[in-house]
Amino acid sequence: MSQALLDIRNATKIYQVGGGMFKDKREVVALQDFNLTIADKPATITTIAGESGSGKTTLANLVLGFTSLSKGNIIFQGKDTADMSPAEVIDYRRNVQAVFQDPFGVYNPFYRIEHIFDMVIKNFKLAKSTADVRERIEAALNVVGLRGEDILRKYPHQLSGGQRQRIMMARAYLIKPKLIVADEPVSMVDASLRAAILDVMLRLRDEENISFLYITHDLSTAYQVGDQIYILYQGSIAEKGLTTKVIDTPKHPYVQLLVDSVPEPDPDTKWDMDIELPDEETMRAGDAKGCRFYPRCPKGWEHCLSAAPPLYKIDSVDHEASCYLYEANEAAD
Amino acid sequence: MTQIQKTERGKRENKLEPVLKVRDLKVFYDTPQGDVLAVNGINFNLYEGETLGLVGESGCGKSTAAYGILRLVQEPGRVVGGNVYLDDTDLMALDEGEFRRLRWTKLALIPQGAMNSLNPTMRVHAQIADAIRTHEGRQSKAALKERILELFRTVGLPARVYDMYPHELSGGMKQRVCVAMGIALNPSVVIADESTSALDVVVQRVVAQTLIKVKELLGVSMIMIGHDMGLMAQMVDRIAVMYAGKIVEIAPVRNLFKDPMHPYSQVLIDSIPSLKEKKPLKITEGITHDPRNPPPGCIFQLRCPHVMDVCRTEEPPLRELKTRQEVACHLYELSADGEVQRVASPT
Repeated sequence: MSQALLDIRNATKIYQVGGGMFKDKREVVALQDFNLTIADKPATITTIAGESGSGKTTLANLVLGFTSLSKGNIIFQGKDTADMSPAEVIDYRRNVQAVFQDPFGVYNPFYRIEHIFDMVIKNFKLAKSTADVRERIEAALNVVGLRGEDILRKYPHQLSGGQRQRIMMARAYLIKPKLIVADEPVSMVDASLRAAILDVMLRLRDEENISFLYITHDLSTAYQVGDQIYILYQGSIAEKGLTTKVIDTPKHPYVQLLVDSVPEPDPDTKWDMDIELPDEETMRAGDAKGCRFYPRCPKGWEHCLSAAPPLYKIDSVDHEASCYLYEANEAAD
Repeated sequence: MTQIQKTERGKRENKLEPVLKVRDLKVFYDTPQGDVLAVNGINFNLYEGETLGLVGESGCGKSTAAYGILRLVQEPGRVVGGNVYLDDTDLMALDEGEFRRLRWTKLALIPQGAMNSLNPTMRVHAQIADAIRTHEGRQSKAALKERILELFRTVGLPARVYDMYPHELSGGMKQRVCVAMGIALNPSVVIADESTSALDVVVQRVVAQTLIKVKELLGVSMIMIGHDMGLMAQMVDRIAVMYAGKIVEIAPVRNLFKDPMHPYSQVLIDSIPSLKEKKPLKITEGITHDPRNPPPGCIFQLRCPHVMDVCRTEEPPLRELKTRQEVACHLYELSADGEVQRVASPT
């Protein structure tokens, strides 16, 4: 196998919370021994899904370098991000770009749209002449289906959420990165405009060979555009594999519950059973030794409390679930 | 419209009385550049015991419509015109004091962000007791407690929530406290404004099921405002689709999903991502008009794939094209015998 684009090994992030004059600090494990590999070629869209508090945004922040790991390594094109020289860090930042959730919050309302592009070009010294600048911006905007003359002179408030999000994609593309970390890029955009953004992701993947780390809580958009999926539950992988396979035939009881709870857009197929949630305290019991899903799991048994279940292979090479129901299968490496 | 259809509809309306009638409701927001026409003349009925979904993208006026009905529109917004009848009482004609007595007892709101609508310094039971006492006067502590615990049982909250503060509850529990408060005074109409949209899928399902159960148990009529079409399919009986301050289509939920007629409803249904099959993405361009200056004619003309000349001059009225399916679009014509025909497309 050729060198991976991004290789995350045993990534663990522990936040210290609380702690006042008379209180001890508490530790919250946001991400535990997380492993992920994104191949260099072909470019793929890798989805990280999970509920709030599952660690998906922590993962995005780690990859983007906003926070540092408590343990483990993030290796980009064979180089550990922790040991990079300043020049390599700049190169890493050029290669790993971000698109965030809120298309309203990322813009400075006082500047016209062109300012965003000018800053990027200046910071990364991308262009040699003014004509070159214009050309590059125009090309980037065309990729996302916009035209410079329509939007560059405008202010952010004059654009729709969908347009703003596509401009962020264009901004990221301008730098020609290898990887775009997209943290909930469509969750604040109206349904009728989501497709345009997802389509940009597909085109950047197929035509420009840019991989995505697509972070979302929405399984249906992941199902439509994603290649690989990692479903997190309270900081650990519950299940991973090909998106279509994981969603069509989920193996982990949590993922089964999750897939089943997505409201089906068909008035003739209604939820067929009621579910109950246990108390918040039991659900979030962070120091429990065993499987973190145990308090909610309909299939749990004593064995689940002995230790956190490792990932077991399901049927194909890629499909793995961390549940003792599959203990008879081979453990994944 | 033919005679037969008219009588048929008349019969149905005799059987099903509307609890709430909204007529030509207009809510505008004042801005330095002129009024934003957030809700621009909407009409609908809410029948007894039904759940009506109000859907549309952000900024289409669905929440503003709800706040208009509840007379909770805040500056710089104002209700410009229209009537809202609750059991034949015109809500807009009441003075503030009279209306306050109706709000909560007859007409309750379950707000969007449960996180922000509970008072962080009050225990849960005190907030609910407050609402009950304000409307019903003083009553014995024991009776009040029993009543609040009964409400908790209805929405599936454990009794220990009684003494807790909002910050001790999870998002789903807070949302259920809001449901409990909404139904505390046995209202006949409940408006749920995106009540489940900030929750995780599994929790959302629990809250949605709570709402369905509560609705069936109390027989209330409900307006559900939201943008999640999947959730709508699961929960509502009829759907009203809003676009830029207008209702463009109202139909029974099955019709709207199987046979949406307004081009915007079609876009909305087409853009629901499926979890069952991988489909090519359908992309629609979205340039909306300036909400202060809607173009003359149809409100959807700038984004409509079937736009015709008449759409740019004449506003299409909302009319019943199929049984109980009302559509505001020039694309359809009713022939003399009541058949729906599609006007030949210009392209």
